[in-house]
Amino acid sequence: MADPAYVRDQMLPPQKAPSTEVGTPRWIRENLFSGPLNTFLTVAALYAVYVVVGTIGPWLSRSVWNASTLQECRAIVEATYGAGKTGACFAVINERWQQILFGFYPRDLYWRPTLTLVLMLVALGPVLFTWVPRVFLWFSFAFPAVAFWLLWGGSVWLPITILLGFGVAYVVFRVLTPINGLLGIVAAIVAPILYWLFICGPLEEAIHSLIPLGLHQLYSDDFGGFLLSTVIGVSGIAFSLPIGILLALGRQSDLFIVKTACVAFIEGFRGVPLITLLFVASLLLNYFLPPGTEFDIILRVIIMVTIFSAAYMAEVIRGGLAALPRGQYEAADSLGLDYWQAQRLIVMPQALKISIPGIVGNFIGLFKDTTLVSFISLQDPLQLVSSIRANQEWNGIYWELFMFVGFLFFLFCFSMSRYSMYLEGKLKTDHR
Amino acid sequence: MATAAKMTVTDEVAIQITAMNKWYGTFHVLRDINMTVARGERIVVCGPSGSGKSTLIRCINRLEEHQQGQIIVDGTELTSDLKNIDKVRSEVGMVFQHFNLFPHLTILENLTLAPIWVRKVPKKEAEEVAMHFLTKVKIPEQAAKYPGQLSGGQQQRVAIARSLCMKPRIMLFDEPTSALDPEMIKEVLDTMIELAEDGMTMICVTHEMGFAQAVANRVIFMDQGQIVEQNEPKEFFNNPKSDRTKLFLSQILGH
Repeated sequence: MADPAYVRDQMLPPQKAPSTEVGTPRWIRENLFSGPLNTFLTVAALYAVYVVVGTIGPWLSRSVWNASTLQECRAIVEATYGAGKTGACFAVINERWQQILFGFYPRDLYWRPTLTLVLMLVALGPVLFTWVPRVFLWFSFAFPAVAFWLLWGGSVWLPITILLGFGVAYVVFRVLTPINGLLGIVAAIVAPILYWLFICGPLEEAIHSLIPLGLHQLYSDDFGGFLLSTVIGVSGIAFSLPIGILLALGRQSDLFIVKTACVAFIEGFRGVPLITLLFVASLLLNYFLPPGTEFDIILRVIIMVTIFSAAYMAEVIRGGLAALPRGQYEAADSLGLDYWQAQRLIVMPQALKISIPGIVGNFIGLFKDTTLVSFISLQDPLQLVSSIRANQEWNGIYWELFMFVGFLFFLFCFSMSRYSMYLEGKLKTDHR
Repeated sequence: MATAAKMTVTDEVAIQITAMNKWYGTFHVLRDINMTVARGERIVVCGPSGSGKSTLIRCINRLEEHQQGQIIVDGTELTSDLKNIDKVRSEVGMVFQHFNLFPHLTILENLTLAPIWVRKVPKKEAEEVAMHFLTKVKIPEQAAKYPGQLSGGQQQRVAIARSLCMKPRIMLFDEPTSALDPEMIKEVLDTMIELAEDGMTMICVTHEMGFAQAVANRVIFMDQGQIVEQNEPKEFFNNPKSDRTKLFLSQILGH
């Protein structure tokens, strides 16, 4: 028997781990060959990869980039690699990529969507990355008006007079709030609406007749391809997040009417397929509007997509709100923060952080759903692929075009996904 | 340990609770509570779990709503008037069992948030005040870290400092040491003792009887939503009057 009165007189230093427990050998052993079944699966997977690469690889490597018809493509492949060989005919993309990107937007005006895209990246900078100086947020705020003007053209005074409405709201708010807080808020909402309804239009016409300045006017029928998808997708994303936040807060509200309205909105729009809403946008809405009202089809689609996505967003954010411990609300309350301060400074930063994967998942879904607009005869990229294939020169081609469209969608969605991972890492504060 | 001589109780009334009742649904949690707290007084509230002691102090800054009776804090009566509630809350600091620090903000931001947004103190001044209180709770070097990187005892001291940054006139402690490892309880209690020495009006729900004996000038024992017995600590511990108190004390001091 050992002596129970034991005292350690020397503390042990940590030792190096055995070599089988670190590095590549350990990883391979544990992940690929940890047992008979795993070994078999590894070998089978390697074989599958070999077959796929062996089939697609040669087809890709025999690709043709310069030809004007599919027949010409095939002839070039057979002439180069021998009879019976097939190869990818990317010449179609070389010939028609502009159509997939811009639809039937006039060719000499391609600089407008291109410039808009560049400006969009600039506008996104301060929103996505904290190291961009905060002053650029003003540009991000004004960007929707700039983009609208660049893409649709028309008088430059229209977006400027519309933006002025926010200035009106600000001035009214500053003047009236010292008199009565609630009056200030209500007036700041009512005044710009009245301005937009009654003053904005005549004012724009007046200035335009004095100083006519503008771009060639285009209409929504001219839009198509990725231009269309991006306009609808980005607007939907940008507007659905704030609306979703308000809906989520409304659903948790103690005020009965606010709560009921939010629940009805969320459940109502979530329970309907997007395609139904799009048909409503394209067909039904016109019956309800006064005759002669010209209400742009892309704008109608954007509104529907935003509403649809906001309903989903609200539920994702509600999940984030529910995950917050009650103690966070209590701590905010006990420090004397009011409702909106607590929401803005304590609750939302944490709830949104928790919801990032769900929010970005929704964004990606929304972006891909923009292809549904082909059902209301808008020219989305897939619709354009069909019309290219209907062409005699390219009749019979499909892989290459769909690969190209798929690749562009992937580029968008994958960047969103990577950004969300970057953001999650950046906001992670519980590292111990 | 603290010297009672430095701690002075005044005649001024800080909190006045009269005939207060509270229900959770049909369950009567607080029954006819009458209690007056003088400025500078340090009160320890104890009792078995479910006796309503946490609910009582949470009513004082209206984290819980009472249905009957009157609570007057610093001359302001707590009603459903939001202005009064916010006024009382900014005057009354609260420390929670689970710290409830804001995990997405650094320690310094945790401390300056309420002074900047509620008291409208300029950022620089708020940071100076925050560093002063962080030094007081002896962890100024942690200012740039996040709560998740601190130990439980350190987090609780930050939580105390966060409340102090609002310059409260009354501090409420809701079982501040119950979620801590034994090794960390002392550092938090030392901070609270120091606070008591500075003359802060304090109400502590706690099971730390050593703390009660050292700094409290009154111990309140609650059971089944009622105040069963209150006395100064020496009398309370050495000569409890009611059987319920005797049983409770024998259970927590018995081993």
